[in-house]
Amino acid sequence: MHPVTPSHYLALSVALLLIGTAGVLVRRNLVIVLMSLELILNAVNINLVTFSQYYQHTHGQIFAIFVITVAVAEAALGLGILIALFRNKPTVQADEIDLLKW
Amino acid sequence: MLDTAFFYAFALLVLGGALLTITQRNAVHSAIWLIVSLIGVAGLFLLQKAEFLFAVQIVLYVGGIMVLFLFVIMLVNLDEAARVRQFRGRWWVALGCLALVAAETAYFVIKGRDAFRFAPRPEMPASPLGNTEQLADVLFSTYLLPFELASVLLLVAIVGSVVMAKKRI
Repeated sequence: MHPVTPSHYLALSVALLLIGTAGVLVRRNLVIVLMSLELILNAVNINLVTFSQYYQHTHGQIFAIFVITVAVAEAALGLGILIALFRNKPTVQADEIDLLKW
Repeated sequence: MLDTAFFYAFALLVLGGALLTITQRNAVHSAIWLIVSLIGVAGLFLLQKAEFLFAVQIVLYVGGIMVLFLFVIMLVNLDEAARVRQFRGRWWVALGCLALVAAETAYFVIKGRDAFRFAPRPEMPASPLGNTEQLADVLFSTYLLPFELASVLLLVAIVGSVVMAKKRI
């Protein structure tokens, strides 16, 4: 078997990013849309850690830690907004929340 | 080689888990498959000798965020949502655009294969410190200000989510 190069990791990262984007664009259920956002952020982290390891430089991993922090804040706030939305209009379908739509 | 085998095993976990996450009808099943995918990512971190991020990934993502997701799934009643249409009306437009982006990326990477190479990696002596110590050294010196700002961000997120989830503000 071939040894694993950074290109393998980058290809995996692109594939994960595309899957996550597909989830955000295609799904109606808002909870699953938020999960797809986590997938996207994980794809970014794979990328950062790959280059960090390849160049023997820890700064990429530091950046990954910040990305994880932002992901946590985003998940907490997004789910809070979801609960607030659900209280006003009991649906989690993204295309049924259209109060602002003309 | 063992490394390669592990890489492909973890890649399978990551991509398979991700695909099942976005296709499952039931949100709880989605969350379980997302856990599988995140554990795969943690394995990739371990494979690249980023042990601290591996631990953070397991504790924070699998232990923290996923529990949060599962709680919200229990709070908002999703039985109704599992019975209706799962995909948006014009989902094929979105998938077509994504396929276009993927094809474009693949085309240019293959076409420009000769120009596409990484900068030479610097020859540095292996540090005697472990991964966590190295990260701490950089995080608490060069990145001290962003680190403090991250704590402010988390505070804002805490206050914000409490305000959001309160019945009457």
